[in-house]
Amino acid sequence: MSDKPLYLATSQLSYRYGAKQALHNLDYQIVKGQFNALLGANGAGKSTLFSLLAGLLKPQQGQIICYLNGKPSQLKRPSREYLAQLGVVFQQSTLDPDLSVGQNLLYHAALQGMAPKAAQRSIQVELERLQLFDRLNDPVRTLNGGHKRRVEIARALVHQPQFLMLDEPTVGLDLDTRQQLTAYLHERCQTQGLTVLWTTHLIEEIALEDPVLILHQGQAQHAGTCANLLAQTGANDLKQLLQRTASNSAQEPKL
Amino acid sequence: MIWYWRVFCGITQREFLRFIQQRSRFLSALVRPLLWLIVFAAGFRAVLGVSIMPPYGTYITYQVYIAPGLVAMILLFNAMQSALSMVYDREMGSMKLLLTSPAPRSFLLISKLVATALVALPQVYGFLLIALWVEVDPPLIGYLAVLPACLLVALMLGAIGLLISSFIKQLENFAGVMNFVIFPMFFLSSALYPLWKMQEAGPLLYTICAYNPFTYGVELIRFSLYGELSLSNLVIVTGLTLVFTLLATLSFDPQRGQKPKR
Repeated sequence: MSDKPLYLATSQLSYRYGAKQALHNLDYQIVKGQFNALLGANGAGKSTLFSLLAGLLKPQQGQIICYLNGKPSQLKRPSREYLAQLGVVFQQSTLDPDLSVGQNLLYHAALQGMAPKAAQRSIQVELERLQLFDRLNDPVRTLNGGHKRRVEIARALVHQPQFLMLDEPTVGLDLDTRQQLTAYLHERCQTQGLTVLWTTHLIEEIALEDPVLILHQGQAQHAGTCANLLAQTGANDLKQLLQRTASNSAQEPKL
Repeated sequence: MIWYWRVFCGITQREFLRFIQQRSRFLSALVRPLLWLIVFAAGFRAVLGVSIMPPYGTYITYQVYIAPGLVAMILLFNAMQSALSMVYDREMGSMKLLLTSPAPRSFLLISKLVATALVALPQVYGFLLIALWVEVDPPLIGYLAVLPACLLVALMLGAIGLLISSFIKQLENFAGVMNFVIFPMFFLSSALYPLWKMQEAGPLLYTICAYNPFTYGVELIRFSLYGELSLSNLVIVTGLTLVFTLLATLSFDPQRGQKPKR
């Protein structure tokens, strides 16, 4: 159990697609105000966990517990209060390429029930933070991959959520852009207390102090801060730890 | 209440913006019924005479007869286009964004239905304006009365489209909808021929036409366009709209067609 305040936790959470068990009895804690990293190879169950926490899937077994006002409450179905504090960046781009950057962000703000004037102010602030305000009226299809990702992050933060979830947001981006995005979100965690869940399989995006969960075949393999995990396991870095996890699993007898 | 209004306005504004951006969609929405009106109906007017029947007070040309059916055709294609975009959004993942809104899912879906119906209205009036050129000139009151009728029919067809999209797993399967839903729905209705003509053709065809929801939509539009209220059609279309909307919202599954990653 973490000694820091939590934002979300799962208890014995399981999910299966037909015969395929995607998550199995997962206990996981998302630390409030931190950059929480969810690591795992392709097919580890990251996107399923992501969809469950975003309310797109219903848990088949186990619980999701939210500490929205400090008090734990079970999320049987995502409440309006929970969704109002949630920002999401999906792995696939969900921007409308035919609309401008501003129109995409205004649409999202409307879906959050924001008043148009407040939305426009917030859009300006978020785009300026990500140095994209000059692209406000440009159609999304004219942006490059990195800029599109930044627009999606700005969009997810327009309604000032407490919790931001990102599903492999850096896939296909160059190293510089990836570093800029992770640095930006680390700063938002530190300065504004934003809770981030960053799903990835790219270990260089994780800082030593970040809470990390390594998922493997739908189960939690290691959990703790990156520094603690390396100290506990004796691994030189996360890459080695991930390789060990994969090779240990390969040696297990198949049932 | 104002919170819901903002969400609804956002969804409607997006539908209109998308419609404006896709100019070819507006053109094809107009060209399709105009081809029927100007080419098909002109060719068949000598063959297909239409005797005096309500709501028309006198003999009418075939163009005048099929104009309400072509208005309904615009609404039908618009509804199916919206259903197609729902399947596309679901497959591409954009649907997830809509579903992470704090608004209730049923409210979001109904808002999308209403927004789609509203987008169809400028297409209808564009068509009616051009139809004046071939002497389809209903009374002025008809242009006003047809507005709520079109909105209701568009909602019914939109709900049918949404219901169909709930059962389609992949985008490629949508082509089948064209063959098995749109064309039978249009041809087996009173859009192109009066029901009594169908009765002459055979009892089976007549029965199919009589049970086709599209027939009631066409007739509601036909009477409204001539400033008359057809209560029976209004009740049936309203009832069908409610039933299809309920079924569509209950059967909606945002994860349909999405397989787990390997």
